[in-house]
Amino acid sequence: MSLELTSDDLEMLNGRDGEAVSMAMRIIVRLAETVKAENLIDITGAHIDSCLYHGLSTIDFADRLVQLGAKVKVPTTLNVSSMDLLHPDLYRGDPEESERGRQLADLYEAMGCKATWTCAPYLLEERPYFGEQIVWAESNAIVFANSVLGARTDRYGDLIDICAAITGRTPAAGLHLDENRYASCVYEVEKLPPSLLDRDEIFPLLGAFIGSTTGTQVPVINGLKANQPEHRLRALGAAAASTGSVGIFHAVGSTPEAPTLTAALGEREPLNSISVSVEDLQEMRSKLTSATGTDLGTVALGTPHYSIEEFSILRSLVSGKKKHPNIDFYVSAGRDVLLELELRGWADELRSFGVSLVGDTCTYFSPILSNTLDPAMTDSGKWAYYAPNNLGVEVIYSSTSDCVASAIEGRVILDESIWTHE
Amino acid sequence: MNSEAMISGPILHLEEPLSFWGGLDPATGVITDIHHPQVGVCVTGKILVMEHGRGSSSSSSVVLELIRNKAGPVAIILLEMDTHIVLGSIAAEELYGLLMPIIVVSRDILESLHTGDIVNIDPTNELVSFS
Repeated sequence: MSLELTSDDLEMLNGRDGEAVSMAMRIIVRLAETVKAENLIDITGAHIDSCLYHGLSTIDFADRLVQLGAKVKVPTTLNVSSMDLLHPDLYRGDPEESERGRQLADLYEAMGCKATWTCAPYLLEERPYFGEQIVWAESNAIVFANSVLGARTDRYGDLIDICAAITGRTPAAGLHLDENRYASCVYEVEKLPPSLLDRDEIFPLLGAFIGSTTGTQVPVINGLKANQPEHRLRALGAAAASTGSVGIFHAVGSTPEAPTLTAALGEREPLNSISVSVEDLQEMRSKLTSATGTDLGTVALGTPHYSIEEFSILRSLVSGKKKHPNIDFYVSAGRDVLLELELRGWADELRSFGVSLVGDTCTYFSPILSNTLDPAMTDSGKWAYYAPNNLGVEVIYSSTSDCVASAIEGRVILDESIWTHE
Repeated sequence: MNSEAMISGPILHLEEPLSFWGGLDPATGVITDIHHPQVGVCVTGKILVMEHGRGSSSSSSVVLELIRNKAGPVAIILLEMDTHIVLGSIAAEELYGLLMPIIVVSRDILESLHTGDIVNIDPTNELVSFS
């Protein structure tokens, strides 16, 4: 079957709605032909990753669209910027690059995108509903929308995201379609000790393991306690989308398309079944830790952007305490969540511990860390995966409570008890 | 807009998939991923062969920037289509009129392409032939 366009699609392509819509439509149609889609579908929301500066061409692309009169047709949010737009003094990179980051931000805002500047758009007030067709770019947001919300987005990236937002159309392909959302690879966690599965820090490790072993298959996790909290599911998804190209996962009893294992599998037999062992998780733990010894310079949390739920956990850990003066302690979050922290009075409590709150961007690629010579510690599988290559920093992955304890002592402290009590 | 012209160049066959974002300098075309076995190798002017991309959502922008800088390969041959890579190529044609075809071949053909071989590509018909 070849691509069939509606008369509306053809009119957009032929310039009825202006040159920008026509250009965006040309790009969408070429993508649709490449992925062998049979038609295009309507979308009702978009999340844009193209707003992160990667060189002059990223500005050329946005500027061309703006010059041609582009306006987004559906509610559209913006992913992180290359800098904290509200606190530009935190940026330690080239001032010219920072100026270009600002320029790119202005162009996307000029097209009518909301200045949300967060990689966690699902924490914003209007989150996508079950079954909603959307175009989201940013891997952790994609996996969360598909898996935890049951909304439908393919694994989008830069350039196509804004084209879809401008036209309100996207190829009917990938994770938009039922048949591509069913699981074919089962991860059994029944053999893992329940005490281990009760710890937040296990979820990024499980995600990292799934990402590095599932390939292009859709994974389903069987054997977790039902109704897992969102922060665990999203940390798992973010790690899986970093070590692999996971766009959706199911967790039986916790995610909406997996009320039962059979339902998640679309009533078919799985192609693969993997029993996850403690050793598998320990192997991931060593892969996400490159530093040896106890030297520590930085603690970096908030990848993806911290939620109120996670700040609440952090707040109870740091209450009444102070970090060691030699340690920098960063937490990244969206500006909406940061505002909420101020309103609740939590921001002051966190600052009195010594937390630097970073908005609009993320510490794993933006030049924000003042010390990259000493190792950095994180509770994020995604940060631990990317930071060594992006920043040249050595990394230690562990729990949020280990991160706080280490920041207080000024050296790496790891609670090994969960790994020894089996 | 499709050019009929044949493209010719030396193969660079990557031993492992490469993430364009964070793995390659778009100004120079040099592989910078310290974990990649071909770190330090330059992709400029080559016909890049790899099984599949390692998709970061930023890859399209990096491919576009690579082509703008004229530091990119002349074509990319894959086993599976990678939408992130292909979008960089589509946008480069739209913005700058610069072509960098992406073509998908069978495993047999892919495995017959060795670094240094000179091959011709007919982008319209997605055919690869040895010179």
